[in-house]
Amino acid sequence: MYGAQLRQEFESRTGGTWPLNVGQVYTTLSRLERDGFVEASGAADEEGRIEYRLTTAGRAEVQRWWSAPVDRGQTPRDELAIKLALAVTLPGVDVPSVVQTQRTATMRHLRDLTRLKVDATEDLAWSLVLESLVFQAEAEIRWLDHIESRLARVRPTRPDASSTAGHRRTTDAEATR
Amino acid sequence: MTAPMLQLADVTRVHGEGEARVIALDGVSLSVAPGELVAVMGPSGSGKSTLLNVAGALDLPDQGQVLVEGQDLASLSPRELAALRRRRLGFVFQDLNLIPSLTAVENVALPLELDGVSARTARRQASDALESVGIRDLASRFPEEMSGGQQQRAAIARALVGERRLVLADEPTGALDSTTGEAVLRVLRERCDDGAAGLLVTHEARHAAWADRVVFLRDGKVVDTTGDPASPESLLTAGA
Repeated sequence: MYGAQLRQEFESRTGGTWPLNVGQVYTTLSRLERDGFVEASGAADEEGRIEYRLTTAGRAEVQRWWSAPVDRGQTPRDELAIKLALAVTLPGVDVPSVVQTQRTATMRHLRDLTRLKVDATEDLAWSLVLESLVFQAEAEIRWLDHIESRLARVRPTRPDASSTAGHRRTTDAEATR
Repeated sequence: MTAPMLQLADVTRVHGEGEARVIALDGVSLSVAPGELVAVMGPSGSGKSTLLNVAGALDLPDQGQVLVEGQDLASLSPRELAALRRRRLGFVFQDLNLIPSLTAVENVALPLELDGVSARTARRQASDALESVGIRDLASRFPEEMSGGQQQRAAIARALVGERRLVLADEPTGALDSTTGEAVLRVLRERCDDGAAGLLVTHEARHAAWADRVVFLRDGKVVDTTGDPASPESLLTAGA
């Protein structure tokens, strides 16, 4: 497979969610070649393209990748988690508003993903990538709901004590149904 | 401009008195146009169910107006309200939607027959409605012979049979697995794309994501919404 072909296949199978720079593809191919995982199957064709194929060591490495879990030990930096952690520890930040603004934005994102999914049903690979993004957005909204209910327990926001008590009663009644 | 199918203007509904007084809805305004699916999200006790009951003329507001196709529900007699529910509104609940002793097509035809439509016409319109949700071939099955997802499709068909153009759905996918639930929402979405108006109450973001707009309810108040009501232009595009 040529470098440009690799890029095209990667992007079509993942719906262009993570665009690849063609330079990045060739840099990676030359590193893989240096490490003995891929080799050129011949000289460059008349358009200057070189076809690459996996070596035996490359196939073994791919097999190892399929059989090993993806490393979840490292936590990538999450701007939203950091933002909320700072918001709840700083005076003067309207945390419920931060939560609601984010929930609305994530809900919009989730709606857009759902619209894309309607058109992607025939394409298994792309629809699975979309569903992964859908579940992530959904998880984020659940987490924001969770923050809100924790904050409500820590610091009740409603000034009207009687109606707050009334709402609590409703909530408890519904929760025990 | 397309008139809203459903409009709530500054609706307040209070349950109970004294210590037990709960403001279930507190000045809620919202509208749903033909071709639109609007979702309402909020935690337990936020007023979602009251909102749906008020929108469906099952409960009346203490203040504010509820208009269905421009008609103020407060101006209608109980008899007229019942007629409006039969002719204009359809409900889809989490479960117990269908009458067990009637087949799918009989269930869907029932509101029409109750309204005096001839059995033959009702049956034909019910078959069309079943076709629109993709289960015409299950017309003669009893609910117990259908899967949960098929029953919910039949419930959507019944909600939108004949002249009915407004469907009010309360957690319609609650009892279904995620793939079946999604198929049901897809059907609801398609019915709205074909011109129906839908109000969907759910606590699942993934389900609300099928709507054009999501209204967030908290302590009886609308605290946010994901967008403005659809413009006539975008509705034209959606219906095309």
